[in-house]
Amino acid sequence: MKIQLKIWRQENAKAKGKMVDYDLPDVNPEMSFLEMLDVLNEKLIRSGDDPIEFDHDCREGICGQCGLFINGRAHGPMSATTTCQLHMRHFEDGDTIYVEPFRASAFPVVKDLRIDRSAFDRIIQAGGFISTRTGDAPEANAIPIGHQTAEDAFDAAACIGCGACVATCKNASAALFTGAKVSHLAMLPQGEPESPERAEKMVAQMEAEGFGHCTNTGACEVECPQEISIEHIARMNFEYNKAAVLEK
Amino acid sequence: MSRSLFLRDSVVRKNLMALTGLFLCLFLVIHLAGNLQLLLPAEQAQVQYNHYSELLSHNFFIKAVSYALYASILAHALYALILTRRAKQARGPQGYAYDKRGQVTPWYVRNMGVLGALLLAFIIIHMRDFWFQYKFTEMPLDAEGRKDLYTVVAVAYQQLWYVALYVVAMLVLGFHLLHGFHSAFQTLGLYHSKYNRWVKWAGYGYTFIITAGFAIIPIYMYFTQNQPLP
Ligand code: HEM
Ligand code: SF4
Ligand code: FES
Repeated sequence: MKIQLKIWRQENAKAKGKMVDYDLPDVNPEMSFLEMLDVLNEKLIRSGDDPIEFDHDCREGICGQCGLFINGRAHGPMSATTTCQLHMRHFEDGDTIYVEPFRASAFPVVKDLRIDRSAFDRIIQAGGFISTRTGDAPEANAIPIGHQTAEDAFDAAACIGCGACVATCKNASAALFTGAKVSHLAMLPQGEPESPERAEKMVAQMEAEGFGHCTNTGACEVECPQEISIEHIARMNFEYNKAAVLEK
Repeated sequence: MSRSLFLRDSVVRKNLMALTGLFLCLFLVIHLAGNLQLLLPAEQAQVQYNHYSELLSHNFFIKAVSYALYASILAHALYALILTRRAKQARGPQGYAYDKRGQVTPWYVRNMGVLGALLLAFIIIHMRDFWFQYKFTEMPLDAEGRKDLYTVVAVAYQQLWYVALYVVAMLVLGFHLLHGFHSAFQTLGLYHSKYNRWVKWAGYGYTFIITAGFAIIPIYMYFTQNQPLP
């Protein structure tokens, strides 16, 4: 299939970027989106041009590195899909495809499509852990946790930190990412005791990184490749309010 | 609670929006219940409505609540402004060249600020025309010697454009509430997979009753009282 691409090129964090046109006359519809970009990069390298930088690692939908804004949607037109799991068969022959980095002031562009998502790391460092040493993982059935609770906590724990929630949010809010971690740990006996304090610290860091507020539009849960529900944002708010009310 | 209580971070600020918003929602129920008296037959409505208005304006408790109400409207709008400006900064200067994010959410959910600003404009017009007149101007009295607010309302609603303004404003209110009602519960963290369906439906029911209830009054009065004024 024949594809026309419009891709964001930006020399470095300080440079002004712009959309640049590329043509790929012979794309295999079975390629993933990233493989298509690989083909384009090989072409660029052969002709002595600078290849397009983009983040990627596992290419199997689990690492969360490959966030790209494709045709106006985070991770492209499919919901619940990472960019590496998006395939060219979802596009039509002759399509023009826009490829941009995930945008937010807390996610500065490093080069081309590559962004700095370390703000997420700092939010986790602010409290997304259990602070006591618990030794090796205990025998799974030794800690009684109800089936539904285990399922819900696991759903929240599935966040891969891709940043699609921020990229798509009209307020560039990191509430889904932060809420998922707060909620995951709040539901389990190991994480529960520190939960209100954790919510406070992580919210404070989210604020310091310059993310916006949550207006519950629900756009994030549609674009989230792990289909994490905005219910976890409500649980974060609940834990946060609990901390504010109980604080001495 | 330590640090500056009302400005600590966007969760706190958003909580205050939700609380003020829900307080306004509660007020609307009472406001509607009182105003449904306007749908009574004209003579009875005039006596009863003027009596009711006088009762309200002399009640200490109502006075206290109305100050809380004015403060809520201002605080709600102010926090909306602060949060929206911050969100704009968070989005950053460089927008998307090709943006289809709107595909996944309804338009009114993304435009709460615009709907809110229109509501604020409506609230100002509404208060100028009725509240201000009642409180601060000489008004004709009815047969029982009470300020005749009923006739002021009835005369206003004989102008078609004014009725249209009210109906449009109620549509704006409806869309603001359609998202705002359950959004407030989510913001406060009072939200659970078991109950969120109920909260959503309660919100839809509430929105319909409030919007339709308020919109019916000017329409009804336009059609039933559209006769030459005495
Ligand atoms: C003075 C004019 C108003 C302005 C400028 C305004 C603005 C806003 C904005 C920007 C939001 C945030 C939207 C979001 O979180 O998605 C909001 C939420 C809300 N508004 Fe208003 N609004 C106004 C009047 C009202 C009125 C009259 C009511 C109630 C009758 C109301 C009830 C609510 C509720 C319940 C929320 C949800 C709060 C939350 O999501 O946590 N607003 N408003
Ligand atoms: S919550 Fe979903 S969209 Fe947001 S970072 Fe985690 S996996 Fe990505
Ligand atoms: S490259 Fe790891 S999730 Fe796409």
